[in-house]
Amino acid sequence: MAVTTTAGTGGVRPRPRIRRFEDERWLAYALLAPTAVLLALFIAYPFVKGVLLSLTSSRVGVEGEFVGLKNFIKVFNDGIFREAMWNTFWYTGVTTVFKLALGLWLALLLNRNFKGKAYLRAAILLPFIIPTVLSTFAWKWMFDPTFSVINWALFKVGLIEQRINWLGDPDLAMASIMIVNIWRGVPFFAISLLAGLQTISPELQEAAAIDGARPLQRFWYVTWPLLLPVTMVVVLFSVIQTFADFQLVYVMTGGGPANATHLFATYAYQLGIGTGLLSEGAAVSLAVFPFLFLIVVVQLLYIRRVETR
Amino acid sequence: MANTKRRGLVKAAGGVTAAHLGGLAGIFAPGSAPAYGQTKTVHWLKWNDFVPASDQLLRREMLPAAEKALGMKINLETVNGNDLQPRVTAAIQAGAGPDLIMAFNNQTHLYSNSVVDLSALAEDLGKKEDGLYKYARAICSDGKMFMSMPWAVIGGMIAYRKSWFDEVGATSFPKTWDEYRKVGKLLKAKGRPIGQTLGHTFGDAPGFTYPYMWSWGGKEVEADGKTVVINSKETVESVKFMTAFWKEAHDEGGLAWDDTNNNRAFLSQTISATLNGASIYIETLRKADQYKTDKGGPMNKDILHAPLPAGPAGQYGFHLLQSHMLMKYSKNQDAAKEFLKWIHTESNYERWFISQKGFATPCTAKWEKHKVWDEDPVMTPFKVAAKLGQAVGHAGPPNGKAAEVLSKYIVTDMYAKAAQGMPAEDAVKWAEGELKKVYV
Repeated sequence: MAVTTTAGTGGVRPRPRIRRFEDERWLAYALLAPTAVLLALFIAYPFVKGVLLSLTSSRVGVEGEFVGLKNFIKVFNDGIFREAMWNTFWYTGVTTVFKLALGLWLALLLNRNFKGKAYLRAAILLPFIIPTVLSTFAWKWMFDPTFSVINWALFKVGLIEQRINWLGDPDLAMASIMIVNIWRGVPFFAISLLAGLQTISPELQEAAAIDGARPLQRFWYVTWPLLLPVTMVVVLFSVIQTFADFQLVYVMTGGGPANATHLFATYAYQLGIGTGLLSEGAAVSLAVFPFLFLIVVVQLLYIRRVETR
Repeated sequence: MANTKRRGLVKAAGGVTAAHLGGLAGIFAPGSAPAYGQTKTVHWLKWNDFVPASDQLLRREMLPAAEKALGMKINLETVNGNDLQPRVTAAIQAGAGPDLIMAFNNQTHLYSNSVVDLSALAEDLGKKEDGLYKYARAICSDGKMFMSMPWAVIGGMIAYRKSWFDEVGATSFPKTWDEYRKVGKLLKAKGRPIGQTLGHTFGDAPGFTYPYMWSWGGKEVEADGKTVVINSKETVESVKFMTAFWKEAHDEGGLAWDDTNNNRAFLSQTISATLNGASIYIETLRKADQYKTDKGGPMNKDILHAPLPAGPAGQYGFHLLQSHMLMKYSKNQDAAKEFLKWIHTESNYERWFISQKGFATPCTAKWEKHKVWDEDPVMTPFKVAAKLGQAVGHAGPPNGKAAEVLSKYIVTDMYAKAAQGMPAEDAVKWAEGELKKVYV
């Protein structure tokens, strides 16, 4: 057989390029290259472009000049921006706590054995599956200042006598968008934490039970520490997503009433698209970056510490 | 087939193509694109009209007629009014997109670097049709060039329920804000408040707050377009009045309304009056059997229109002006100009104008005499919307700065903050601070 091969190549040695791929290091680079190109194109390029844009005086159709940090200074002196910043932190903090608490509770319930478990698990994912804009429109109708079905139901059961101005009152408007964000985010927490729960061996629980641990003790000393790494990753993703939330607020309130629900993303959109101030819009968007970067670093360090314990 | 190789297949396909078309060489030989590539196509992006019959007329009759007359293809795309600006931004930044794009209000001033000068077309139209209104000129031109071709004004008038106003003793529409407040108070007491948005929405909110402020003598800047003068006794008075007016006479849910909420509220008989285009009335005409009054009669017989009341400084209106920008990146500029010329030809434009039933008011004086305005007296007040409109930025020019103030809803939010409980002085001071950052 070996003779045939030699004859097939006419005794000519394989070309160096082909031999290079026999080297595992080169092969590794070759296999990684498509991913690297995709990352460069779709992650690095927009990010770098955004940074460059924020350092210029660009407007729609006008390239602008390099202005250094001027846009950031202007933005940090902008009252609407500061309001949006406070709103974004408040919105992210409150919703994350609720999403985690409710998601964990749901995950613990879904981890039990009961009839129709598979169907219920699938149903729980519904809010996550429906396109955000569609479900948000439905919520907008439910919170409608005039035709709110929630108000109607509360009135019918005798809990209210006057309409609640869900989206017209600044505090209630914020609470309303938080409710929708929580509704939409809980399935992500629930399913991810459920996956984490299922990796925990039941034998550990059984052993703890035999040792006399009560359910709450079993959760606190056995389940929770083992679930913590997954929880941290889920929280990390959720914080990033919630910080940059746009569709939900844009559809429900447009940042109103009187900027009471403006978040970083909606204000960046209003500046960049509504007024054509691309560089200022980019500066608002990038203002999120240091906060998120810090959160990511702290959380990743914490996850590493937990995992290497 | 078993022996067919890729190279053979390509060869065979080439042979067949060559037989029919003379091959690729045959296509490229004359040095021009094939016949199907030579047809000019104009891509026109506009809003989804609030009068759907007009879009139907365009698609079914007018555009096929234009294609035939001009020998070009016209691709009409309609989107929600709120989605026009993202499309403009994306198109300009990408250097590709629709040839003609509809602009609202003074957005034209934001894109002046990216549009083709349409002065010749606009001036020609003005000459033929008894002159362009000052309002249209201010919005579409920066004094050096027409950044867009004036299309129409969507007049904002108060639509109100005549019988309900009669019931509280208002047999004609209130002439002043004071009168309107008194009537509104009586109406709200009967569970029929005035409905008005103070939300972040492009049409009805600024359409109300700007002329309201002007009518009290308030203005954002002086005529120099630089000196911010919103923090005046007049503006503070207007805000104080609004705070009380809002509580006494309005549906307070209006703080969160968009441009569609008041239509729904009016048609469901929840509110007695609202500032709007004529879309509410036109809807009741279209579905006369569906929309009935509380007494069972057709609602369209119980609706009248009136301009916003007068304040101490006079009576004003700010109406949504629509125009078309021809984009600089367009490769079909001549064709697009030909099309604009065609659609603005009196006989063609008239067909579209009639289909609007008065919802849109043309930007030239000639149309004031059109019979449409006599056919239905309910629509007559809209006849002068374009003539009486005043552009944002008053007393300064409606330039990019004014567009920024409008886009940030600063004037609207000033009133919204006060309606939510902020002291009038603080609300005005807040607006002043924001305006000063814009008008630097």
